[in-house]
Amino acid sequence: MANANTPLLEMRNIKKDFFGNQVLSDINLTLREGEVLGLCGENGAGKSTLMKILFGMDVIRETGGYEGDILISGEKVKFNTPFDALAAGIGMVHQEFSLIPGFTATENILLNREPKKKNVISEVFGDRLNTLDYNEMTGRAEAAIDKMGFSIDKNMVISEMPVGHKQFTEIARELSKEQLKLLILDEPTAVLTEKEAEALLASIRSMSKQGIAVIFITHRLHEILAVCDKVVVMRDGLVVADVAAKDTTVEEISKWMVGRSVDTTAKAEVRDNEGAKIAMSIKRLWVDMPGETVRDVSLDIREGEILGIGGLAGQGKLGIPNGIMGLYEAGGTVIFQGQEIPLNSPRKCLDASLAFVSEDRRGVGLLLDETLEWNVAFPAMQVQNKFLKNYLGGLVKWRDEKAIREVTERYIDELAIKCTGSKQKARELSGGNQQKVCLAKAFALEPKFLFVSEPTRGIDVGAKALVLEALRRFNRDSGVTVVMISSELEELRSICDRIAIVSGGKIAGIRPASDPSEDFGMLMVSMVK
Amino acid sequence: MKNDNFGKKVVGLIRDNTVPLMFILICAVCIPISGFSLPYLINEIVTRMGRNIFLILALLIPIMSGMGLNFGMTLGAMAGEIALIFVSDWQIWGIPGVVLAMILSIPISVLLGAFCGKILNMAKGREMITSYILSFFMNGIYQLLVLYIMGSLIPIKHFSIKLPRGYGIRNTVSLLNMRQCLDNLLAVRVGGVKIPVLTFIIIGVLCLFIVWFRRTKLGQDMRAVGQDMGVARDAGINVERTRIISIVMSTVLAGFGMIIYLQNMGNIATYSSHSQIGMFCIAALLVGGASVDRASIGNVFLGVVLFHTMFIVAPKAGAVITGDSMIGEYFRVFVSYAVITLALIMYETKKRKHKSLVGQQLQQAQKEADAHE
Repeated sequence: MANANTPLLEMRNIKKDFFGNQVLSDINLTLREGEVLGLCGENGAGKSTLMKILFGMDVIRETGGYEGDILISGEKVKFNTPFDALAAGIGMVHQEFSLIPGFTATENILLNREPKKKNVISEVFGDRLNTLDYNEMTGRAEAAIDKMGFSIDKNMVISEMPVGHKQFTEIARELSKEQLKLLILDEPTAVLTEKEAEALLASIRSMSKQGIAVIFITHRLHEILAVCDKVVVMRDGLVVADVAAKDTTVEEISKWMVGRSVDTTAKAEVRDNEGAKIAMSIKRLWVDMPGETVRDVSLDIREGEILGIGGLAGQGKLGIPNGIMGLYEAGGTVIFQGQEIPLNSPRKCLDASLAFVSEDRRGVGLLLDETLEWNVAFPAMQVQNKFLKNYLGGLVKWRDEKAIREVTERYIDELAIKCTGSKQKARELSGGNQQKVCLAKAFALEPKFLFVSEPTRGIDVGAKALVLEALRRFNRDSGVTVVMISSELEELRSICDRIAIVSGGKIAGIRPASDPSEDFGMLMVSMVK
Repeated sequence: MKNDNFGKKVVGLIRDNTVPLMFILICAVCIPISGFSLPYLINEIVTRMGRNIFLILALLIPIMSGMGLNFGMTLGAMAGEIALIFVSDWQIWGIPGVVLAMILSIPISVLLGAFCGKILNMAKGREMITSYILSFFMNGIYQLLVLYIMGSLIPIKHFSIKLPRGYGIRNTVSLLNMRQCLDNLLAVRVGGVKIPVLTFIIIGVLCLFIVWFRRTKLGQDMRAVGQDMGVARDAGINVERTRIISIVMSTVLAGFGMIIYLQNMGNIATYSSHSQIGMFCIAALLVGGASVDRASIGNVFLGVVLFHTMFIVAPKAGAVITGDSMIGEYFRVFVSYAVITLALIMYETKKRKHKSLVGQQLQQAQKEADAHE
């Protein structure tokens, strides 16, 4: 079928857009049998979209498919579901575990592919009443674990396993599929200890010797250099580098990852607030936010500055504001203007004039089925008794509809919210305008301190600029301290005074926003866990 | 250190089995007060085991597939009653009557079960309350069928079960001619205690079936679906279908269970037999130490013994203490609801406790990092 020169996988001119938003343009990739390819890039660079296309994930088809060709062993293929991709010999280990917690490793490795024995009842009622062949299952699981080259207890229940072993169970599951030719590992070492990560690298090498090609996605660049044959770096939906691993260095890769031509982003005037009072002092904060665990964060925020918090996804940057504002369980101490803020109690935070614009604007941020007036005024009404008229000496409180309308209309003007009027429902607005309503809501609280989490996520370029400008104005005009959390480094650099980079649930470093991108890039990957 | 561990284990064991321990305590207090003799008590308990265990076993399969405590079993109970009404109208008595009723109940149960499963698939994660309300709704349909359609559209010949007005079924349908026919066949008396051997054999076969079923592909799929629907779906298991099959199986078994239950009672209370059966079965299962996502055959047996011992002795004990026999009846219903509430609260707190454990681990990790420095 395929001669020695045909690559195992070839991706030609892959293009993908989400509703007109181009996320991949002209991606070309080739991969030979037994080759290990390291794929890296910042969040949003398009790595996972590319892998979703290759793996035939439903979300791609639902959003209008993709352009370009995928060739497996020289033959053009089109995967409609992950099952097609599996049948063609592609296996994928996702970042999130896909394991049944109460099953043993063996049961998970062979999930829905269990060897079966026929019996009388199944002859009558169909194959699903075949009994499982436990001996055969053990044998196959053992074979897969051997192939992986890292020993795990095949009889241990997943929920009792250390995290690293769960990861290896996933890999063994893919290896137990006989047709497997290409394995995609999406940040497999993120949850591993150093020792386990080394074992994984050894296991990748042994797979490659057995002729299995591997696509290895990781933020730990030295691992890529240690195990990969070639490195592909993506940025903004483009392949910016495709080189042999032996010809490059960690510094070079991180430069490729974050480097942009400087003229595309407007530079902010970076103010040096050295010597300003400390507005908030965070000490030894931990937050249990699933997927964004904060381990040990200590951070001082100065009065009147805009502090950016950046870092790769899953490293804990989102956990910081969510933990302080009491949305997820947290511990440690937070001192705001000389007073300790009790954790795990959102009301206390609001009473202390802190405000938070959540990254989850549809879930936490907005009352989707209520009018803009309600959305803007509700927190201020609840927390500060604003927009209320008092009767009978405060016994009866009525809403001051006029004041509410005035303030809403003011923000609609100021933030250029596109809507039919202040009575429109929040659900009917576009993403960018919803985000502006979230900001208006926080502004209406007239806070002394504002957390803004991913304010530009999922909104278009024009709206982005407006949102950032509104934040900057709010900070400059009212002197409010702003902490902005964002995955986009360039966005942070364009508005912030200082930027703290979170890595592995800790602060990896704080630098003035005027420092070169590469330095931040190095910080991002420095303590990745 | 070792002692400390042992102590923790004991505390853990007590915490995990709060409900059964509470009931053992209640029974231990009430038995001497009630003044019942031991043979009488054992006789009563054995009878009730034969009567109830099959019904409760029907609850195990939906729990396995993660659908919680399924009040939808009431639908199966209705199917069983409808089948029995037909059989008694046709005057087929004894064992043939029971067997025919069971066969007749299957299509009705399958239909109702499939309907219930479809609806529960739309209400994933809220199966308990949905099935509870659904059983009320189906009760209305059942009453329509029994009160107006039977005898008018569906021919009912026998006057003893028909209402005098010409259509509809009487309040009570007597099953005197098949009363305890299963229980009496092969029955053995041991020291004054009647043991319904055949009923127990049927229960034993069902237990074996459940054990065997866990080892089949379908059983494995159900367990997978029960623990994580997303993962099961990614592995190619048809989650919706598996859940429907699980509810259908439970409904069919509940239909059989209801027939066994009613042949023991000897009559059908047409409009009320099924109404509280779901609640009593679930309460008994919970008393046996089961939780919303975990139940075993052992829980069923322990639950029936404890719950029904309480049922037998509490009214008498109540009457002895207060001189009012009503207090016991009140006590039964009160305790059933209390047990279900308690079990649900404990299930939630356990989940929450697990969550705060992660926080403790993070704190611990900080301390360990300090120690290293």
